Amino acid sequence: MTTLQVMFILISLITLGGGLYTVIAKNLMHSALGLILSLAGVACLYGLLEASFLAGAQVLIYIGAIAILIIFAVMLTRGVMGSFPRVNDQWSYAIIVSLALLAVLLVTLFRFNWPQGAPAAVPADSIARLGRALVDPGQYALPFEMASVLLVAALIGSIYVARDKK
Amino acid sequence: MNVINDPFTWLAGQLVNWLSTFMPANGVSITMAVLRAASLGIFALVMFMVMTWIERKGVARIQNRIGPNLAGPWGIFQPLADGVKALTKEDITPDHADRIVYNIAPILSAVAAMIVFAAIPFGPGLIGADINIGILYILAVSGLGVLAILMAGWSSNNKYALLGAFRVVAQLVSYEVPLVLSIVAPVMLAGSLSLVTIVEKQPVWFILVLPASAVIVMLSGMAEVGRSPFDLLDAESEIIAGHHIEYSGMKFALFFLAEYVHAFGVSCIVTALFLGGWRGPDIAGVTVPWLWFFIKAVLLFNIMVWARGTLPRLRIDQLMAFNWKFLVPLSLASLIVVPLADRLAQGMGLTQGSWPWALVMLAFNVAMILWAFALVSAAGRRARMAAQVPAEVTAAESHDESGYGEEHGLAHGADAGHAPAAAGAH
Repeated sequence: MTTLQVMFILISLITLGGGLYTVIAKNLMHSALGLILSLAGVACLYGLLEASFLAGAQVLIYIGAIAILIIFAVMLTRGVMGSFPRVNDQWSYAIIVSLALLAVLLVTLFRFNWPQGAPAAVPADSIARLGRALVDPGQYALPFEMASVLLVAALIGSIYVARDKK
Repeated sequence: MNVINDPFTWLAGQLVNWLSTFMPANGVSITMAVLRAASLGIFALVMFMVMTWIERKGVARIQNRIGPNLAGPWGIFQPLADGVKALTKEDITPDHADRIVYNIAPILSAVAAMIVFAAIPFGPGLIGADINIGILYILAVSGLGVLAILMAGWSSNNKYALLGAFRVVAQLVSYEVPLVLSIVAPVMLAGSLSLVTIVEKQPVWFILVLPASAVIVMLSGMAEVGRSPFDLLDAESEIIAGHHIEYSGMKFALFFLAEYVHAFGVSCIVTALFLGGWRGPDIAGVTVPWLWFFIKAVLLFNIMVWARGTLPRLRIDQLMAFNWKFLVPLSLASLIVVPLADRLAQGMGLTQGSWPWALVMLAFNVAMILWAFALVSAAGRRARMAAQVPAEVTAAESHDESGYGEEHGLAHGADAGHAPAAAGAH
């Protein structure tokens, strides 16, 4: 086994362990921290794949913003220090959705033609290429703009929901 | 490589030569990587001691006191004495605290402050790791400090700690917005996220080209660290000490360390982004890039000490209003003005990085700043007129807010200030 493989296995174990802990932790706050561990593991995997921009964005957005907001929401709910029941009455729907997701992932895993052999070298200007691809009409400009429109709609919606009713 | 120009690279070269005599090449590179990481960590710790001494001495002089003066000449060994004292203090864990989270929080806090130094270029080639996402990495890892503060505030089982943590989230997450938006300006001009490239692209320091962004980054950096006048997270007179109220001994010292190391990290980032990094004139034919970087960063830290010694703490609503109604619109406006001015200057045939180009950029920035201040003061005046307060109260209030004109005006002139600034951005 190469060093890279050992690193990959270690990071994968941390990521999966964090995910598992998110689900089984009794305390809501511990679940959130487990989620952060899992997200950090994903960032490390991006780093291993030499996708440094994705790794940075993962930490900045998922840990620095989204996870912080999740923790904030957890802290604002009642009984911050206590433990919560791990299941509520929606567990049956959750099982269906999770099993469907698992099935899709498994089918993809076995039917996809995974590339073999050494991967191509990452170009030095990969970030510049990513930036150009995001604004190039021939590449990802349309999905990028649609995501922005969706975010603006979400922002306006949240302001409408949160503002004082007169 | 000259020994005086860059003693660190010279030393590393000597070390590599010596290690190669009895070690395989693989072992040498691993040893050097470990040594590089360790020396950066030790550098951060030494700077922590220097920074606390500078701050205590500086604030003492501002308040007409002497400051630490017993341990060593001018009290320079005071940080060592404090370190020993912190080690001998009793380590207290409050009842019903969440033990694991409670113990991880100070470590995470110190780590988040220290790993920033891995991507800061102290000189040409004098960098822990020249990664191509340099500044993004720094922004990402310093966000972990917020997480540490939240963990500490929650796990302490103390209402003041929890209150402090709540305010921290509001403050730090908000101030991250103008920080990131303003860092985009030098990144745009340099065309790279790497701090090394950004420094290399500054024949004219970016503080002259982008004064608005430089001031916003410095201010929001200070807010991110939670330094006065933005020290709401550990406001002693309101919530006692916020998130680290329950911590004692070395764990408290780790939070303290994180604050000062982070403050010095912010000084280093502003130095690299706006003050030309290691660039500076030769001294008698000898270039000392590392010394220039160091001098600039310490000077910036002194500005923070100065602010702490002279400015009172902001109220939370003033703090938020200042961020969302002044800093964020201004940094959005500068995101639009800077590339336009750059294109215009280059269209006039001026090369990027030349003095005439810098003058054009400076003119646009100054115009933008003056416009922003005009909008803010107009909004503040309108709000005061609308409130229709008696004449003598207005006089007393305007005297009272002499130091905080724009924030205070903004706090009152809420929507009025925001709308024109946002409209101006388009």
